Amino acid sequence: MRHDHLLTANQLTRGDIELVLDRAAEVDANPASFGKRHAGKLLGLCFFEPSTRTKMSFEAAMKRLGGDVVDMGSVDSSSVKKGESLADTVRVVEGYADALVLRHPLMGAAKMASEFVDVPLVNAGDGAGHHPTQTLLDLYTIRENAGLDDLSIGIMGDLKYGRTVHSLATALTNFDASQHFVSPESLELPRSVRYDLHEAGATVREHTDLETVLPQLDVLYVTRIQRERFPDENEYHRIAGEYQIDAETLEDAKDDLTVMHPLPRVDEIAPEIDDTDHARYFEQAHNGVPVRMALLDLLLEGDS
Amino acid sequence: MSDTDKQLRVSKIENGTVIDHVRGGQALNVLAILGIDGSGGEQVAIGMNVPSGTLATKDIVKVEGRELSQDEVDVLSLIAPDATINIVRDYEVVEKHRVDRPESVTGVLSCPNRNCITNVDEPVETRFAVLRDGVRCEFCGTIVREDIASHIADD
Ligand SMILES: [Zn+2]
Repeated sequence: MRHDHLLTANQLTRGDIELVLDRAAEVDANPASFGKRHAGKLLGLCFFEPSTRTKMSFEAAMKRLGGDVVDMGSVDSSSVKKGESLADTVRVVEGYADALVLRHPLMGAAKMASEFVDVPLVNAGDGAGHHPTQTLLDLYTIRENAGLDDLSIGIMGDLKYGRTVHSLATALTNFDASQHFVSPESLELPRSVRYDLHEAGATVREHTDLETVLPQLDVLYVTRIQRERFPDENEYHRIAGEYQIDAETLEDAKDDLTVMHPLPRVDEIAPEIDDTDHARYFEQAHNGVPVRMALLDLLLEGDS
Repeated sequence: MSDTDKQLRVSKIENGTVIDHVRGGQALNVLAILGIDGSGGEQVAIGMNVPSGTLATKDIVKVEGRELSQDEVDVLSLIAPDATINIVRDYEVVEKHRVDRPESVTGVLSCPNRNCITNVDEPVETRFAVLRDGVRCEFCGTIVREDIASHIADD
């Protein structure tokens, strides 16, 4: 890849995305051939907020490449509690590792941290900002199931705070995809994402309900509406309830509609959908390992 | 009223910079964005809401003993896009510039997003990309369009 760091989906060109996804497909086809690729290399995990899955998936990816991880540990026990700056922490951990993965509660944290280190740094989520490796595994799953061009995708739920949505929508502008955003008005896309989509000339439609647009969709990407966004519990239940799907909801959908979700889900997708051909969210989660293996392989390859 | 009459509202300077055609009411923001607060000993004269042909009223800022750099002039474009910059030596205008929009401004504005990394105690200067109709934080992506002057960092 041309980049030393992966910070946001905005930096990814179509070529970059295809490079990672093609490499991920190679990994998927023959995982054993990647098993010693990065023996002796260490990946530094700096997680300033808990995220067991993302962390485990990076750890699994690095170990399956023959490498290992060094983990800063939980924030409670780290020097962060003692008031050390993020800039200092990453400069210290840089000395232990060949690449860094950063998860942080503040937006722009990865961008800032990347300016203090020389090893590749991967953003594993910065507040409501970006989560580009989630986007890569989302795109991988979409490509496997529906293809990335001539695609009609619905993205539903919390579009305002959902960083996976922001990254995915931006990355999709590289492809011939029409994007339909479905959300309550209070949770619609933030100004900065609209700006990027507009600048990229993306085909975008916004809806407050799924019904009208569902029949034309190839992919429906569902996200969780977070309870803590609502001061009033009743308001939360009223709104969240309108954005839940079950077998009945999907009656008007195409037979080959792919339903995705970045997980964890609460009750946005009824369990009865799990056994249908629409459900791809567990496959999507599993794709995290080969996609992160591919990404780390490319970043560490450029390094050596 | 002739140009000379208008000039008289604010005394002439010997050497320095006259920033003219600043939008009415923005003069103090011009000084803020340039980091001029008098602590450097500069003599500063301000005319506010002076009648003007092109703008209904305008502000004028005169800084004695200091010639603005092109970088400083560019930053002014964010809040005073119509401004003209006159460099004065020996009471004569020797250079006249218009402001140009820079690609980015560093350390001038603070980010309105509370959850932005630039708003905590980290060794990093704010950096905003300049868009056609606003500025955008290069860290968190927040776009500011309205009232940019109110985001001038106060340090
Ligand atoms: Zn910001």
